[in-house]
Amino acid sequence: MEFGLSQEQIMLQDMTNKYLAEQVSLERVRKVVSSEISDEEIWQELTELGIPGLMIPEANGGVGLGALDAAVIAECLAYHVTPSAFLSSAVMAPVALIAAGKDELLAAIAAGEQRVGIAFGETIGARREAGIAVIGSVLSGKCLFVLDSQADHYLIADKDKNLYLVAASAQGLQRNSLTTVDKTRTTCELVLDQVEAEVISNDPAVYTRSLDLGRVMQAADTLGAAQSMLDQSVVYAKQREQFNRVIASFQAVKHMCADMVANLEPCRSLVWYAAHAMDQVPEEARLMACHTKAHLSEVGKAVAKTATEVHGGMGFTDLVGLHYWFKRIGANRQLLGSPELLRNEAAKIQGFV
Amino acid sequence: MDLSFGIEYTNFREEVKDFIDQHQDKQPSATTESMSAIEWQKLLIDNGYHSRTIPREYGGFGAEPDIIKSRIIAEEFSRARINTGLGGQGISMLVPVLLEMGSEEQKQQFVRTTIGGEMVWCQGYSEPGAGSDLASLTTKAELDGDEWVINGQKIWTSTAQLADWIFCLVRTEPEASKHQGISFLLFDMKTPGIEVRPLVDMTGSANFNEVFFTDVRVPKDQIVGKRGQGWQVANAILGHERGSLAPPEAAKSRLEGVIRLMQSETIGGEKVIDNPVFRDRLMSIQGRVLAMQFNDMRLFSARINKGQSAGMAGIIVKLMGTELRHELEALAIDAMGEIGLSYEDNPYIRGEGSWQYLYMYFLGLIIGGGTSQIQKNIISERGLGMPKEPKVDAK
Repeated sequence: MEFGLSQEQIMLQDMTNKYLAEQVSLERVRKVVSSEISDEEIWQELTELGIPGLMIPEANGGVGLGALDAAVIAECLAYHVTPSAFLSSAVMAPVALIAAGKDELLAAIAAGEQRVGIAFGETIGARREAGIAVIGSVLSGKCLFVLDSQADHYLIADKDKNLYLVAASAQGLQRNSLTTVDKTRTTCELVLDQVEAEVISNDPAVYTRSLDLGRVMQAADTLGAAQSMLDQSVVYAKQREQFNRVIASFQAVKHMCADMVANLEPCRSLVWYAAHAMDQVPEEARLMACHTKAHLSEVGKAVAKTATEVHGGMGFTDLVGLHYWFKRIGANRQLLGSPELLRNEAAKIQGFV
Repeated sequence: MDLSFGIEYTNFREEVKDFIDQHQDKQPSATTESMSAIEWQKLLIDNGYHSRTIPREYGGFGAEPDIIKSRIIAEEFSRARINTGLGGQGISMLVPVLLEMGSEEQKQQFVRTTIGGEMVWCQGYSEPGAGSDLASLTTKAELDGDEWVINGQKIWTSTAQLADWIFCLVRTEPEASKHQGISFLLFDMKTPGIEVRPLVDMTGSANFNEVFFTDVRVPKDQIVGKRGQGWQVANAILGHERGSLAPPEAAKSRLEGVIRLMQSETIGGEKVIDNPVFRDRLMSIQGRVLAMQFNDMRLFSARINKGQSAGMAGIIVKLMGTELRHELEALAIDAMGEIGLSYEDNPYIRGEGSWQYLYMYFLGLIIGGGTSQIQKNIISERGLGMPKEPKVDAK
């Protein structure tokens, strides 16, 4: 019995963190955010590490790793607020395509040649401005907060959890970027006017696997971002002096840091198990995905606030840049289901509703 | 990630289940045919389900330490809701210390009688002036010939009114620094000069006592470890106590109780669980219980796999576990509304009043065994390497 990361996973984590620390500095993140460079540039570098093909079978040019490996990568990416299409192109789209037996695109995704965005908003807390009508395989309507405004294709879910694939260049499809607080990952709206789509799946289980895995990755992303904020807070508190002593020696500050640790440390085990369940304990996977993303969203929110406060006025500035992590955690909270929706889903899964 | 235990442990689990099937109707209860608590304890020890790794020469079962087997026993007994045998501070805290640091004579004299339930102990640590700062304790023991003469007062002493003996921290070296001047003594509670006064707490029960010592004379050799080493001895067992105050398995079991309660209680004809606000709180707590369960699994894994690190998973358990239980019990009370206020002889009471009782009791545990604030100091200082508050000179 061994609960935790394997030696290989620890190596994967160390290697990825080392690479990101060297190659994806905050300075470079700022350049992506200000459109000085494209996130595609970073995506191509991640391709050299095999990240886009992480979950794609080796037969299709990928690395063939599992959900826990992907969670490890998600945590690393968020730790360095790496701009990337990881959630959509490396996780949610490939697993949906694999589960549906549609492997034509997989090699191109693994090679970093094609990116696939995710438009699941129709099934998760759809808002009044959105809505898709489907006749046969022709889609009309609007999808909001679609993951990745630079993708080559989009995987769209309708109300009945059927999945469709459309090319970004398809006739009748208009794509408009949507600015959010989190500028390290992009979202857009898709306006569809009788767009011919490829039917990927009529099996809700395909949609569900992709969504659940996406939620676990969001939780892992929040874990990484929150851990970074905590680490930065401790470093800052040990340097910053007031009243002739470092502020890390004040109990008020120490207890804020202890609260962050106490809340975050159990989250790590929760994320690990939720990811493990995705591959190995299917009967628990849905419930674990809901609870894990909901719980991480709550803890992440608290850590994001507390870490900013530990930094005092500097935490509020753009100069320190802590807000990139704050906003990433905020985006993870809403995308693919807010905690309230997820807890309601968790209750439904257990037959409480 | 490998959550299987292998064939040896699968077989062991079957053995435990067989034992439970065969003996569960003999466990101590109000019925006449059942065993006494002491007889049941002997049955458990003889079969290796209590005092499992304590050597046979001291009355234990004498098995090699195997954390997985111990866990399987705990899991199966908990699942079947079977009496797990005797507990208390003598068994859970003093015996491990004696085995580690006691003399051969002390082991022979005390271990067998303690695990067998013939000898009940209480713990004399905290004092009115030494709570969070335990090492500042002032109960003193002075050597007079072959005897220690003890004067002072202890507080928060559980089961002092029932205990046969006490294990007690006393200051024997007044000239030494506060951590170096303490010794760990064992003595009979019937010794002249000991007075026990029950301390009624907010639950209405006397879970604790005050114990007063006036010229209590104790033989010189009734000391564990050397003079002045008592702090190290005490810390060894306090560490043992902290992790065990709020086990996640118990939280899970109580959570199942809250779910049953919310499914059976109604507000205006509607089941509580059908109320979305209560349901959201329930799910929120369930997420936190799950996090602590897997945190515990990580800790367990690090204990059985050499070289695996559990990070800060252990240092946060007392803080998070006790706070979680307090809130979990509070949810049940809120779910019952006015009914939740019922206490003692109120005919509308649910769960024999355990929700209100444990809601308050866990507030006691948040404070006892190192308050939540002390836990946060420990986490930030030992876990994060943040500096201590500057020392203020003693008065």
